[in-house]
Amino acid sequence: MTTNRIERHHYDVVVIGAGGAGLRAAIEARLAGKRTAIISKSLFGKAHTVMAEGGAAAAMGNVNSNDNWMVHFRDTMRGGKFLNNFRMAELHAKEAPERIWELETYGALFDRTKDGKISQRNFGGHEYPRLAHVGDRTGLELIRTLQQKIVSLQQEDKRQYGDYDARIRVFAETTITELILDGDRVAGAFGYRREDGEFLLFEAPAIVLATGGVGRSYKVTSNSWEYTGDGHALALRAGANLINMEFLQFHPTGMVWPPSVKGILVTESVRGDGGVLKNSEGKRFMFNYVPDVFRKQYAETEEEADRWYTDPDHNRRPPELLPRDEVARAINAEVKAGRGSPAGGVYLDVSTRMPAETIIKRLPSMHHQFKELADVDITKEAMEVGPTCHYVMGGVEVDPDTGATIGQVRGLFAAGEVSGGMHGSNRLGGNSLSDLLVFGKRAGEYAAAYADSLPARPKVSQALVDTAVDAALAPLSRDGENPYTLQQDLQAVMGDLVGIIRRRGELQDALVRLAELKERVAKVSASGGRRYNPGWHLALDLRNMLVVSECTAKAALEREESRGGHTREDFPAMDPNWRRLNLVTSLEGDEVLLSRKPVPEMRPELITLFDRVELSKYLTDEELAGFDALAEEASN
Amino acid sequence: MGTKRHFRVWRGDENGGDLQDYQVEVNEGEVVLDVIHRLQATQAPDLACRWNCKAGKCGSCSMEINGRPRLGCMTRMSTFEENETVTVTPLRTFPIVRDLVTDVEFNYVKARETPAFAPPADLEPGEYRMQQVDVERSQEFRKCIECFLCQNVCHVVRDHEENKRAFSGPRYFIRAAELDMHPLDAKGDRKEYAQAQQGLGYCNITKCCTEVCPEHIKITDNAIIPMKERVVDRRYDPIVKLGRRIFRRDQLEEQGTRPGPLLAQEPSHHAEPGADGVKWNRQVAQGQAAAVDENGRLPLSEFTFDRAAAPSPFGDDVTFPLPPDDLNYHHSNKWDT
Amino acid sequence: MTTTATRPAAGARPRAAILAKTLRTDRWWASPLGIAIILAIFVIYSTVRIFMGKHYWVGEGHYLTPLYSPCVSKSCVPGSSHFGTPLPKFPFFIPLGALVFPIVAGFRVTCYYYRKAGYRSLWLSPQACAVREPHAKYTGETRFPLIFMNSHRYFFYLASLVLLINIYDAVLAFHGRDGGFGLGVGTLIICANVALLAGYTLSCHACRHVVGGRLKHFSKHPLRYRFWTFVSKLNGRHGTFAMASLLSVMITDAYIMAVSAQWITDLRIFN
Ligand SMILES: Cc1cc2nc3c(=O)[nH]c(=O)nc-3n(C[C@H](O)[C@H](O)[C@H](O)COP(=O)(O)OP(=O)(O)OC[C@H]3O[C@@H](n4cnc5c(N)ncnc54)[C@H](O)[C@@H]3O)c2cc1C
Ligand code: SF4
Ligand code: SF4
Ligand code: FES
Ligand code: FES
Repeated sequence: MTTNRIERHHYDVVVIGAGGAGLRAAIEARLAGKRTAIISKSLFGKAHTVMAEGGAAAAMGNVNSNDNWMVHFRDTMRGGKFLNNFRMAELHAKEAPERIWELETYGALFDRTKDGKISQRNFGGHEYPRLAHVGDRTGLELIRTLQQKIVSLQQEDKRQYGDYDARIRVFAETTITELILDGDRVAGAFGYRREDGEFLLFEAPAIVLATGGVGRSYKVTSNSWEYTGDGHALALRAGANLINMEFLQFHPTGMVWPPSVKGILVTESVRGDGGVLKNSEGKRFMFNYVPDVFRKQYAETEEEADRWYTDPDHNRRPPELLPRDEVARAINAEVKAGRGSPAGGVYLDVSTRMPAETIIKRLPSMHHQFKELADVDITKEAMEVGPTCHYVMGGVEVDPDTGATIGQVRGLFAAGEVSGGMHGSNRLGGNSLSDLLVFGKRAGEYAAAYADSLPARPKVSQALVDTAVDAALAPLSRDGENPYTLQQDLQAVMGDLVGIIRRRGELQDALVRLAELKERVAKVSASGGRRYNPGWHLALDLRNMLVVSECTAKAALEREESRGGHTREDFPAMDPNWRRLNLVTSLEGDEVLLSRKPVPEMRPELITLFDRVELSKYLTDEELAGFDALAEEASN
Repeated sequence: MGTKRHFRVWRGDENGGDLQDYQVEVNEGEVVLDVIHRLQATQAPDLACRWNCKAGKCGSCSMEINGRPRLGCMTRMSTFEENETVTVTPLRTFPIVRDLVTDVEFNYVKARETPAFAPPADLEPGEYRMQQVDVERSQEFRKCIECFLCQNVCHVVRDHEENKRAFSGPRYFIRAAELDMHPLDAKGDRKEYAQAQQGLGYCNITKCCTEVCPEHIKITDNAIIPMKERVVDRRYDPIVKLGRRIFRRDQLEEQGTRPGPLLAQEPSHHAEPGADGVKWNRQVAQGQAAAVDENGRLPLSEFTFDRAAAPSPFGDDVTFPLPPDDLNYHHSNKWDT
Repeated sequence: MTTTATRPAAGARPRAAILAKTLRTDRWWASPLGIAIILAIFVIYSTVRIFMGKHYWVGEGHYLTPLYSPCVSKSCVPGSSHFGTPLPKFPFFIPLGALVFPIVAGFRVTCYYYRKAGYRSLWLSPQACAVREPHAKYTGETRFPLIFMNSHRYFFYLASLVLLINIYDAVLAFHGRDGGFGLGVGTLIICANVALLAGYTLSCHACRHVVGGRLKHFSKHPLRYRFWTFVSKLNGRHGTFAMASLLSVMITDAYIMAVSAQWITDLRIFN
């Protein structure tokens, strides 16, 4: 049975997380010849990435040859309201096509264009059709492909060394609870196996975090139980910084009915392919919510919007395709104004816009999902949708080129949703899957290089391991509160007080309540034993959720403007001065510290890709003067 | 609002267990997984159950509900009668871990044994061109969410533990079919592999896998039967053999590739020869299939055996002559030293 | 109550300890039972009919029952032999349909649909999904005799020929009392039967494979792709065709027997 024995493993690179980012990082580290471990909380191939639907953005120009990395870069920056780390956005736009093509050599089968290339589809915020996709199960294709690539590497190793696990091994259903440091260097990761509750210690000089997001802290979310912000919290505790934690994306169209599926996503491609949003009066309300910065790109009449689907070159796009934050806010406003559906959402309708066969062909898994989960036939009736917590833009602050975390620790890398900066204040749909591939690869590559560069392996001290064991076992022997109640309370605080629309008073209140919860969580208890005990697992996750929530609340209180995934009712406008600042949180002892850090300035050749009129909406006068000087220089 | 419903949930581990009764509240529009979660939050905090997406996309929440293999998150409570008892048990085919969680390692082992996609040697990333009609068949199989319900329901292993060694199960038949139908896969022996290594012959096409597949993949009609037919092409069909002889340019032999690698698990490319010219790191073709019966004997009569002529002592997968590229032997270029 | 794990095979880790053969609460036994009954009725009926050796030909309308077609023995009643009588008289124990009956039977026995039906309802392996089967050992179609199921392709080719004969018989059945064109209820029944047989044969999995399924690149063979798409559509209904054509063969035969034995008279629609 379970003991306090600790299973020890030695690896060169340990990747925590088996989603798109983690798997891509592991593949790269293995290709660099490193002994690599992949650790995942759930089974292999079940990570959150499977749920991504719409597609992966990459400017391959297969459908519209006007597309290129510069346009993609522009769209990304625009979508993130210019708060993005420009270097990440640049690398992302440049490297995404290669990463997608690479997947084909691993066996991926994307939908095709007539001439046999990868087909691309329209998506909110992208100027051209850009999302490589497979029906509406792109994430599944991505993760399965990477999973199968890993299998193929294992088969190679088996042939060479006689053992599948010789150089790359997957530890499924294993949760990391603590990173072990040697001074300021990463030395290992400590965790438990869910199946039997046994402890494991991975000794490794380089660790890549790819643990995804934090959505489980919210009541209405498209995220699964895995998304408890573990990576964020591990990084904080190891001494790394988080940035932009105030920016959470609320996906505008989550299901709101029936209650059991509340939060589950209705993919954006429903709108990209012609679905429209209507309120309870049957009106297409999005035309009333086009903000000034987007006025030029979006249609003003229904007729023009409808023409766009067939003739995008000569018409402007329908306002349903505005970036997610805008749509989410619009829906929120409609519901508040009393024009919502009975379940508190609005209607998303494709049934009147396309013949049933087209809908089934284009949106097979949506059709399937609604039919089976909600007993709604989307070819006949409208869906009821509303905003749902979907993605965290913020995350571990990393060096754009290498994915190394910035802060007090070396040897720690981060990629995917857990890292921050790439998406600025708001992520465009489809940019995440490509982000996973681009930065996953980079993190794997540089983690391998870092492991090589070390003269000696860092050492794991037994004392730290013992502390980690005690912390992990504590909830089992305590007599305290039920973790499920605590989780519900936390979700209530975050959902009600740090939700889509935020106010100073509520945020302050939230901080007080989070402090109370912190004390309660310190005393949480789990009944039962160590074998596959979800209560115990949740009890251990709670502390991560809490510290990450605190970062979000603190940063949200600090940022006194509205931008992307952060809307303050008391500061409804975007403020160019705030654009120049990132909010950075770090941990000292138990305390969350908040500091401000300037946003890196774009290189001249990148900033000149933009229109002055557009920039003037985002930049301060001082910055604009700088831009004018550049423009003048260029024209001379 | 909610009504009380009667649930029976199997609780236990490898030392035994039984069905336990619970009265639990159920609200309109809920699915079985919601009820399991409510049990966890109220009456049984340590009730073990897997789940991730709650939207039928990840294939984690496989369980048996009233004896039928289902996804917990896709089984609406409204499909049961008001007063019906709902019985929830773990998958029966795999070793039990605890409560509703089973050890599905079997599937990952089989996945690892199935030869991976072999990229065409002459195409760089970005140069792949495929027509939609050509990828559609394989795309159907790639919808698989790996819930392993088909693996669980298949009587070949469900009722016969001893077959687990020889039988990969429907999930991996569709994987083999997917690759065999992949327009650019460069490996030619997928059908032979399916027959000889995956145990395609064990399947008696009773279609339970198709019945339970939550993705509605037509596993039997579109993968297993076509694979069986492809095996027939190779082994039995006289007309196909004749046609192959007459029209040398046949699509059946995979597009312009050399004959399939020696062993089914063999690499499609080999590591470079070592300094002495000998490829030490490659595996020698070993008598692999050893098509023996349970008593370890080669069947004597053709009649009782699945192919014409006596089986090769080198196994099913080795054809002679071996391509020289694949030999370990290296001809010395030093003269008489 | 604690029970021990079910079926612990040597060395294997235990599964969940559930003794019940199935926990299904629906009437899972109904469909295999129904199919078993239908199959049994057909087997009994056709055996009786085949050895009956009479009432298979209606001279007036030129109706020949499919169970005896083609009739090529000198024992055949005059007129029923559309292809001459190359074979000598058969002794009583060899049925007149002996030439093709094995083909047709083999075609059906090795048919993927009937295999499913048979394995489920006759062999009980398994009776229904997630119901434990009663056999202690199972090797499927990996060895003798079930390995012969793979001969379905041969049977398909042969059965296609038989189908052509059936079609020819149906054409001949447009025979009037005055020797010219004619149409009776029997003709319609025969035609419907042939249509169902054609549907059954065309929707065969082997057919689907042969017309196009074996291709790797549909895009290079647009015509065969069209065939394949068509056959695939029919193939979706293969089970229905299988059952419907089984019944229609019985009905056609019964009708012809009844007319031939003059239990009823054929209703003539035209001539
Ligand atoms: C419903 C939905 C639809 C989406 N659609 C799209 C889309 O169309 N296009 C797009 O670009 N993006 C989309 N996204 C976003 C995108 O899917 C995610 O941002 C992305 O998959 C995150 O990938 P990741 O590799 O960072 O992490 P994940 O795939 O979430 O993987 C996290 C991994 O970390 C592991 N892990 C976590 N904590 C621990 C721990 N403590 N110990 C060990 N392992 C741990 C988990 O087990 C898991 O394997 C969607 C998201 C959702 C929820
Ligand atoms: S059809 Fe074959 S693979 Fe599928 S469940 Fe039946 S025996 Fe198993
Ligand atoms: S084929 Fe269907 S039933 Fe089998 S694992 Fe895949 S999704 Fe599940
Ligand atoms: S929880 Fe993902 S399939 Fe049910
Ligand atoms: S006749 Fe049924 S499959 Fe061929």
